[in-house]
Amino acid sequence: MKDSTIYQRPESLQDVPTHYCPGCGHGTAHRLIAEVIDELGIRERTVGIAPVGCAVLAYDYFNFDVTEAAHGRPPAVATGMKRVRPELIIFTYQGDGDLAAIGIAETIHAANRGEKITVIFVNNGIYGMTGGQMAPTTLIDQKTATSPLGRSFQNEGPPLKVCEMLAPLDGTAYIARGALNKPANILKAREYIKQAFLNQIEGRRFSLVELLSACPTYWHLTPGDSMKKITEEVIPNFPLGVIKDER
Amino acid sequence: MLFRSNNSILWLLKFRISKFNILKTEATTEPILICGNEAIGEAAIQAGCLAYFGYPITPQNELTAYMAARMPEEGRVFIQSESELAAINMVFGASALGVRAMTSSSSPGISLKQEGISYLAGCELPAVIVNISRGGPGLGNIGPAQSDYFQATRGGGHGDYRTPVLAGASVQELADVTFLAFDLADRYRTPVLILGDGILGQMMEPVKFIHPEPVDLEPKDWILGGAKGRPPRVVKSLFLGTGALDAHNRKLQERYRIIREKEVRCEAYMTDDAELIMVAYGITARLCREVVRNLRRDGHKVGLFRPITLWPFPSLKIAELCRTAKRFLSVEMSYGQMVDDVRLAVNGKLPVEFFGNGGGEILTVGEIEEYTRELISS
Ligand SMILES: Cc1ncc(C[n+]2csc(CCOP(=O)(O)OP(=O)(O)O)c2C)c(N)n1
Repeated sequence: MKDSTIYQRPESLQDVPTHYCPGCGHGTAHRLIAEVIDELGIRERTVGIAPVGCAVLAYDYFNFDVTEAAHGRPPAVATGMKRVRPELIIFTYQGDGDLAAIGIAETIHAANRGEKITVIFVNNGIYGMTGGQMAPTTLIDQKTATSPLGRSFQNEGPPLKVCEMLAPLDGTAYIARGALNKPANILKAREYIKQAFLNQIEGRRFSLVELLSACPTYWHLTPGDSMKKITEEVIPNFPLGVIKDER
Repeated sequence: MLFRSNNSILWLLKFRISKFNILKTEATTEPILICGNEAIGEAAIQAGCLAYFGYPITPQNELTAYMAARMPEEGRVFIQSESELAAINMVFGASALGVRAMTSSSSPGISLKQEGISYLAGCELPAVIVNISRGGPGLGNIGPAQSDYFQATRGGGHGDYRTPVLAGASVQELADVTFLAFDLADRYRTPVLILGDGILGQMMEPVKFIHPEPVDLEPKDWILGGAKGRPPRVVKSLFLGTGALDAHNRKLQERYRIIREKEVRCEAYMTDDAELIMVAYGITARLCREVVRNLRRDGHKVGLFRPITLWPFPSLKIAELCRTAKRFLSVEMSYGQMVDDVRLAVNGKLPVEFFGNGGGEILTVGEIEEYTRELISS
């Protein structure tokens, strides 16, 4: 009988339900990473680094070696790993609080040193895990638990554009931003993720993919309205595309 | 004793270059003249440290510079990190892959490393952390101090954990405890601290690199490195289920109990008939030894007890000494930290006195002796 399977669980994902909320982007991001790792045939030499944030339990979902790291420190942990075992594929998976606030120093310096690692940066514009506080990427006027009147340019400054900040660094090889709000964007994001891993396989320097992602729970929107918000409000602030590709 | 200031770094660099040629990773049979910081670095290399990550801070800079030159020579990893936070987390990464890794710093930098040390302890990862301590609190100064004792021996970071703390009293002993630190770290899957001070780090003494007997270490069946032909592994300190964290902590506590039972190291000097027993560690113990000698010459029954492991603290040995001694005197370059452990060990049976200072300056034999003589005659 002909195998008619067109969709199945990637080997790099465990067969367990996740704890993510309806409409959350983390599940999609996990799946894309798992698909790419399967496709590139690197599952058995990949080590992932989970963040502190909603994806802290990523090691319960991925089907390869994963370590925890302190909040914001994954790029430093990845540096230690990649330098001692360069043949391994090392990637970090980080939220915007983890990567762009508490861990921004580790991010910039790992990028500037040109560490040959892959960084997956899930930007949902909010701190999901701790209950919806303002993130460095929160939009102007967006209301959060710690910006109840909306983020103001005066008081909190504008949202931090990590890709645009890292792209000029000579240590970075590849910087791209995708969105997880509709199939076309998700497929594009998958291409970016694949390239970011391919770069590491081929020995290129620091690669980062930012994924614009929804947090319906703390955006206080339905999943459907959250996807619309990404299209109408988030993407205009964080333009999609490959921002840097050194190849 | 040679207390080197920063401006002799250039001289040091020149010195170092010629010296490297004779230092390879075999045990040296001839003693070489080297400072404490460099001795720790060379011992670490000879103990199989494959990765060093550090951030500059006085008075341990010679160690970072030594590793910067020597590690690449050996084809090993050296990175000057962007901060102590990054350095300790680089150690975390290397250690999670099963590699012997080390970082070093001095007091303010060690404070920054505490987050990572707590995670290392929680994740059961071996690592060696060197604190060549200086005066505090805050920026304090760059002089030698022993005021990080509490931080070192009480875990230092958040959570219910301990780390073995090794304190040498000479440049030779710093090298010796460095070998030991790596073995203990691997055997007990724990971060291990080496606690020195600015004097020990910078003074030069002859050193031989004496490799300890190879220890039977269990294979590292927990390391990450690609789930090839085996189920995936996880390194973590997060335990959410009811009772899960308690079970994890009980496992750690059991390990600490074994460390307390097996790994205490100390030295007793003229304590058999001593009525007054001085207790001191590190460089301070060297000074107290001289005080003991001077006072013995005048017929005073004084002895010295020197903990080498500050945790586990040699409490039982001190309790034993209570049978013959009349009182104790804790001498520290702090305003009284180890004295708490001495008091806990003595448990109210005998008086415990204290003498110390806190300005990032070394105590002198003269002032310790004067205080001790007064104590004896009082
Ligand atoms: C040192 C430290 N500070 C604060 C926290 C609390 N904390 C946990 S997750 C988090 C932010 C998570 O936000 P983000 O990185 O955007 O990820 P998300 O949960 O949105 O996926 C914070 C502040 C912590 N665990 N450790």
